[in-house]
Amino acid sequence: MKKDDVPQDQSRSLAGQRKPLYVLDENGRYTTELSSGWDAEEVVLHQALEQFQQQAEDARRRAEAGQSSPLEYHMYTKRMDATVLAQSMGLFKWQVKRHFKPAVFCRLSSDKLSRYAYVLGLSVEALQQLPAVGVDADE
Amino acid sequence: MNNLVFHHQQTAHCESGTAAALLRHAGLDLSEPMVFGLSGALTFAYLPLLKVGGMPLMAYRLPPGRVIRGLTSRLNIDMAYERFRHPEQGMAALNTHLDEGRPVGLQTSVFWLPYFPEDMRFHFNAHNLVVYGRDDDRYLISDPTFEQPVEADYESLQHARFVKGMLAPKGLLYYPKNIPANPDLRGAITKAIRGNVNMMLRTPLPIIGVRGIRFVARRIRQLGNDKDQAFGKLFIGHMVRMQEEIGTGGAGFRFLYASFLQESATILNNSALADVSLLFTDIGDEWRRFALYAAKMLKGRMPLDYGKLADQLLVVADQEEQGYRKLSEAISG
Repeated sequence: MKKDDVPQDQSRSLAGQRKPLYVLDENGRYTTELSSGWDAEEVVLHQALEQFQQQAEDARRRAEAGQSSPLEYHMYTKRMDATVLAQSMGLFKWQVKRHFKPAVFCRLSSDKLSRYAYVLGLSVEALQQLPAVGVDADE
Repeated sequence: MNNLVFHHQQTAHCESGTAAALLRHAGLDLSEPMVFGLSGALTFAYLPLLKVGGMPLMAYRLPPGRVIRGLTSRLNIDMAYERFRHPEQGMAALNTHLDEGRPVGLQTSVFWLPYFPEDMRFHFNAHNLVVYGRDDDRYLISDPTFEQPVEADYESLQHARFVKGMLAPKGLLYYPKNIPANPDLRGAITKAIRGNVNMMLRTPLPIIGVRGIRFVARRIRQLGNDKDQAFGKLFIGHMVRMQEEIGTGGAGFRFLYASFLQESATILNNSALADVSLLFTDIGDEWRRFALYAAKMLKGRMPLDYGKLADQLLVVADQEEQGYRKLSEAISG
């Protein structure tokens, strides 16, 4: 890439940060140039973020219908899946999935609850509830 | 309170940037491309059985840790590594190093670092940074992916250092203990390049190196026939993210490597190598074209055509093959 071709698309996700790219200057020498973002990257980044959002919304709907515990919803808002959550808890995936059942979740020990709360960066109270509608838990 | 002077420098990739910063502080000034190139960590690997978020792992460089290990073994640098069973021990050891005026590198999870922009926070557990001081429980950090030095509080840093799971850092902390006075750069460059050529052209596995790129091209061509059409879009999006997202220097480290080759051409006084460096710039540009097509197709600005993406990957593969062959000639000639 040449220095003049460095994209400056002011990507929102970079939140004002810029990142250096290694590019050729007019004399054919390598140098670095800061980029404020590239639209192509923004597209695939948002694709990944939207997938988590979609999964969180679905999980919330299930939790409201009594088919899932709030744990599943919070997991997706923290950009995890059952594999990552199980690994960060030191549990098997099937155990975590079992904790998605409202009846099982209700009976979790306070020790398990506080560990879940820690690995998700939440308080125990927040973990046990769904946030009020219209509040994005990720903000 | 302890504020030693640390020269912060933003780099394209966190691990090569952290290594370069620690070595520079200890008196060995190497550019980021030189660090990355000498490590021999450039690669392409497609590991369909290793899933990340339901997606097969695709890597444009060797696994985390191999940049620093590759570099230090080639230059005979003695790097001290410390891991900890208990988070409190790990934080106490960090404090001791800082109180003794020693900046150290850390392996951390991106997600729990408070200064990362919201959209950039994912559960990637092998992010590298330098801590160079502290002010009570505020840690002064030179994070090579940021323009300015940043800070983190005790709890966040502890969380980031002791997450469990894939690539769990286990509190990893490292610093150079002993650096040879006159490292043999010329010898190390030739060896590193030869190692890279072998890995990319002669790995006896169809999913590594240039053959790996062709393998993925075949996989992408099949995506159109998949029953699950959502998967195809996620697959190509995932691939572009691995290639371009923060920490590759763009186009899957190829531009960073091209810069290394150019610098090496000057050190070795090898004009053939300088020519090959430009070829690697072209390779990076073809990878960027692939990313651009994929993004346009995902956005609906171009018809979704997996065949076109596969063809573009084959262009990349052919160029890479030629690039490594020329590289091989340039260093043996």
